[in-house]
Amino acid sequence: MLMIEGLSVSFGPRRALHSISLEVHSGEVVALIGPNGAGKSSLIRAVSGVVPVEGGRVRTNDTDLLAIPPLRRARHLAVVPQAVSMPPAFTVWETALLGRTPYLNFLGQVSAGDEQVARAALAKVDALPLVARRVGELSGGEQQRVLLARALTQSTPILLLDEPTSNLDLHYQVGFMEMVCSLAKSDNLAVLVALHDLNLAARYADRVALLVDGSLAAVGTPPEVLTAGHISEAYRLPVEVVPHPFAGTPLVLPGD
Amino acid sequence: MNLRPYLYSLSVLLLAAVLSVAIGSVFIPPDDLWRVIAGRTPQAVTQAAFIVSAIRLPRTVLVALTGAALGGSGAAYQGVFRNPLADPYLIGVASGAGLGAVLAMSIEWPYTAPGMLVIPLAAFTGALATILLVYFLARVGKTVPATNLVLAGVAVSAFASAITSFLMLGSTGELHRAIAWLLGGSTQVGWGPVWAVLPFMAVGMTSLLVSGHALNLLQFGDDQAQQMGLPVTRARILVLLAASLTTAAAVAFSGIIGFLGLIIPHLVRLRYGADYRRLLPLSMLGGAAGLLLADVLARVLMAPQELPVGVVTAIAGVPFFLWALRREKSQGLW
Repeated sequence: MLMIEGLSVSFGPRRALHSISLEVHSGEVVALIGPNGAGKSSLIRAVSGVVPVEGGRVRTNDTDLLAIPPLRRARHLAVVPQAVSMPPAFTVWETALLGRTPYLNFLGQVSAGDEQVARAALAKVDALPLVARRVGELSGGEQQRVLLARALTQSTPILLLDEPTSNLDLHYQVGFMEMVCSLAKSDNLAVLVALHDLNLAARYADRVALLVDGSLAAVGTPPEVLTAGHISEAYRLPVEVVPHPFAGTPLVLPGD
Repeated sequence: MNLRPYLYSLSVLLLAAVLSVAIGSVFIPPDDLWRVIAGRTPQAVTQAAFIVSAIRLPRTVLVALTGAALGGSGAAYQGVFRNPLADPYLIGVASGAGLGAVLAMSIEWPYTAPGMLVIPLAAFTGALATILLVYFLARVGKTVPATNLVLAGVAVSAFASAITSFLMLGSTGELHRAIAWLLGGSTQVGWGPVWAVLPFMAVGMTSLLVSGHALNLLQFGDDQAQQMGLPVTRARILVLLAASLTTAAAVAFSGIIGFLGLIIPHLVRLRYGADYRRLLPLSMLGGAAGLLLADVLARVLMAPQELPVGVVTAIAGVPFFLWALRREKSQGLW
């Protein structure tokens, strides 16, 4: 499980995150929502250790994740970035194998066991038929699945995803989130996913965390957080929230 | 592991080395060459034996090492800057190293043993200062755009060359010989330069050869590289140090030779893909073969006069550079 405790981040004089505390349990999908600039990406980056934090801790069990070197951290926590500007010349297979880095020597020599893990990860995201293709030739949805496979290849109990669906067509968005949710349950992963689309969050997250201006405004189940009151205030826009006609989850509609 | 690319590059290198030893003002037929190398030297070939072992062979080895250094460091600079137009010459490192070397020469001329060591160290210092300056001039946020890097490199390079010229014109005597050297001609003969360059190249190139995996990770950007477990800052500094040491060693003993570090990694990448664990060694082998061939051309094109090899690589390299620049602009990928 992932424990974020009082995390604060500043970029120069601007404070990007104010004392964020949030827990993500194993097997649970927590969606991070909020308007642009609220700090979703900053939180993902701070938790993964690529921006310096001003205060607070990120823990899993007894390990302080921000106090250990990147190589060890990468055995606890993997990140799925947005599939933009990927190096196009690597093959899918080469890209997925790079996920084994935390277990390799500095030469990056892979063993048969490492290849086994990479193959299994590619199979989980239905990307095995793509192994010989170059990443630059793939569609956005395929690239996003390859990045998910690379993160799974890291064999970590914690998975962070930074707006993985925002460049995808609708059917890819749904398929991708279905995949992430079933992996969280089957592999008992703690998943924190920043999402732009409130209805995707409502449909697939076990819990939702609403970020506004760098602070957590609400945390809870989708019906608890995705209320007309919370969303109108956060996005400064009148909204209606109605039950989803099939799933029963909240459905957010812009009002007027 | 697929060995075919290596065998192929090695055979091209071997062929280039044979040509390099055989061709010159005195042509040495292949059968004589074989006899010399095999150690069977009857009276008729003693002259050939002398030419081969005292002049041609050391020059061939020095040129091959220089080419390997330029090919390898070119590939490494391209990787660490994520920039297909990086080349030790185009980003100014070679000129910076040249300035360092000439500064050292203006103090002491390198025919003594310590002199032989001072020159490459001074070149290394010049190379490091240049790469830092160019990097900070070209940087936009966290990225280094391709054209910015080349523009900053050309500017810094022009400045370093101007100071170099100033130093050389202002001095008398020995430094004039450095002019020929700066244009990329191996003016020193015998095995001395080979032994002097070897330790620097061994350290620099070995460090580059073990950086392939780190460079692969860096292609995804700093954030992702670190999230996959790479200590990014340390890795980048190590690669830059190794590439600059390798370049400086090449410049200190063979002068400024442009475009080889651009062309060779490009060709290898087109043929064998982007994996730096393969790209680095193949660029070294290809660089060695390429510079040997350029050096043979430099010797025969205007025989008995000898062209500086830097002239040959520039004539071949500039059209290639312009093609790569257009390609980079039109596709935005590499």
